[in-house]
Amino acid sequence: MFDVEVDNLTKCFGDFCAVDHLTFHVEHGEIFGLLGPNGAGKSTLIRMLTTLVPPTSGTARILGFDVVRDANRVRHAIGVIPQAMTSDLDLSAVENMSIFAKLYGISRERRRKTIPELLKAVDLDQWADKPVKMFSGGMRRRLEIARGLVHEPKLFFLDEPTTGLDPVSRVAVWEMLARLKRERDLTILVTTHYMDEADKLCDRIAIVDHGKLVALDSPLKLKASIPGKNILEVSFSAVPAGWEDVLRRLPEVADVKSDDHVFRISSNNGPRTTTELLEAARAAGVAVTSLSVQSTTLDDVFVHYTGHQLRDALQAAAGYSSAFMYERK
Amino acid sequence: MNRIWAIIERDLRRFRRSPTLIVVSMIMPLVQLVVLGYAFGGKIKNLKVGVVDQDHGVPAVKLKEMFQAVAANARTFDTIPYTDQAVALRDLREGRINGVLNIPPNFSRDVLAGASPRVALVEDNTDQFSASALEGTLDQLLVPYNSKSIPPRLSANATLSVVEIYPYVPYIQYLLPGTIVMAIFISAMIGGGIIYIDDKARGLHEGYLVTPIRKLELIMGFNLAGAIKAVIAGSVLATCGSIIAGIPDPLNVLRLARLLVVVMATALALISMMFLLMVRVNDPLVPRATFGVLNTVLFFPSGAVYPIQGFPPWMKVITAVDPFTYAVHAFKELILKNTGLMAVSFDVVYLLGFAALTMAAATLLFRRTL
Repeated sequence: MFDVEVDNLTKCFGDFCAVDHLTFHVEHGEIFGLLGPNGAGKSTLIRMLTTLVPPTSGTARILGFDVVRDANRVRHAIGVIPQAMTSDLDLSAVENMSIFAKLYGISRERRRKTIPELLKAVDLDQWADKPVKMFSGGMRRRLEIARGLVHEPKLFFLDEPTTGLDPVSRVAVWEMLARLKRERDLTILVTTHYMDEADKLCDRIAIVDHGKLVALDSPLKLKASIPGKNILEVSFSAVPAGWEDVLRRLPEVADVKSDDHVFRISSNNGPRTTTELLEAARAAGVAVTSLSVQSTTLDDVFVHYTGHQLRDALQAAAGYSSAFMYERK
Repeated sequence: MNRIWAIIERDLRRFRRSPTLIVVSMIMPLVQLVVLGYAFGGKIKNLKVGVVDQDHGVPAVKLKEMFQAVAANARTFDTIPYTDQAVALRDLREGRINGVLNIPPNFSRDVLAGASPRVALVEDNTDQFSASALEGTLDQLLVPYNSKSIPPRLSANATLSVVEIYPYVPYIQYLLPGTIVMAIFISAMIGGGIIYIDDKARGLHEGYLVTPIRKLELIMGFNLAGAIKAVIAGSVLATCGSIIAGIPDPLNVLRLARLLVVVMATALALISMMFLLMVRVNDPLVPRATFGVLNTVLFFPSGAVYPIQGFPPWMKVITAVDPFTYAVHAFKELILKNTGLMAVSFDVVYLLGFAALTMAAATLLFRRTL
């Protein structure tokens, strides 16, 4: 039995399907990442798995319990950190924890033992009696993680736990999650749109776009699954006709994608392709205005499977455009 | 029970840390009691009445002397002599005086001839309260004027003797029961379902909807937390309001205990009603927008400020189902008449039944999902 079993799960709002026939499973003890832009359907999926939203069709079983038929058993078995900060600002850290422990029916003796332990685990023991309104965003998120573990669940859902946090707090949250997972034998299902986080911490990643599952594997295998080991991102002042074909014919080039004068080249040997590229440009009288070479990242994986960059999708979801970001077709 | 208590604890801890909210919910009704109680309760004095004597006979002079006696003692009105009726009527229309008493030229002759003498009162009926006061005083004045100097030994006239079984009830005391209910209602407006709408607006509700708490537990938790706050507000109002309004023996323990029973039943009824009304509302502005309407629809048809018997039939329908009606009636019985609980048992049963019914309906309508 898997900790999470999702079979053809679908959620439609009228004609629009936020989650479209998703099927996957999560094994015990892994950190499973759902990666995708805003509006991809990650939060709707988590809300279905945590009984907050009823599915339109399909089934989901959490630790063996059906999310519709055994909703209350699912709620007992899981810990959930919703995307919005849900701790009470007027209450102290201990009060927030205590009230949630009572909602889970935890006895007074167990509360007295567990709450200080968890606050220490998230480095908030010095702030136990301070009102949450004095906390920074990162501290508040750590408190919510501790609160989600107050009834000692074996399966932990986190919906974009680092969104809105500064880089230092993001790292702290992820390190803490990795440690808690080891210490408490947790299975973690987490959504994020931060590629680097997912790459470093997830055992497996499901890439979700427009409600559909487009790829699912470990970060290493996902990166190995796309052509090329390096990505060259290069822009030119002006290019002659057929320039993309010239680039494709360069040594070690696996793939070329272009948008206006910006080209994204997948290469099996970045340094060699770069040298040949500069030579070809000089010979053709084309000026290189910018050039970057990097190893394959999950962003490249995302581009490969979805046809657009995650940052573009995030931008589209946010509903604005920037002169510093270009849109791929 | 543990989960219900968790919701209550959360709400009360937050409430304790918002002293402004506590003060406002109690001060506002007290201010209303004092201002409305004294604004409506006073006796009308010093109305200005123009007297136009076109007769000048002895009976007319006697009548004017009686008017002046009222002006000097009861001070309901002051008399202003006019020689020209047209000038007096013009002053009445322009608001300089409140009425014109006209003694016609043949008044004395009709008095002496026993030919139904008449005086005329021209009054400014745009102000019904002043006009009624003036009319009542002048009516009473004519009774002794008409009485014969030597009364018959045996009279055939039927007379009415009025016996008041309670001490005089000034308007501020009459208003107190409605004010207590209003204080409880204000607490109901800032508790219960409104707290849940506020949680929804801030996304806090997701936090507890993923826990194993059941619908009824959640609703009972919110309602009981709101009811506790409303009971505190209602009890403070019942005690302080009784002292301010001059209710006899306001701190009598037995009386306060009886009041507490009605305060609790009223709080449960109003908070449950509010949760039902707000159970499907998501926008936090909606409760604010509906407060004025609800206040008017529930408070005024309850008999808190005017007797129910004076309402039109359609309003009596609202009165019959309005929980304010039963709460106001119960508080009137306990505060103004100092009765026992048996006299208000129907009111208490209605309020508790209303609370149970609205809470059950809210539980049915409540969506536990997003």
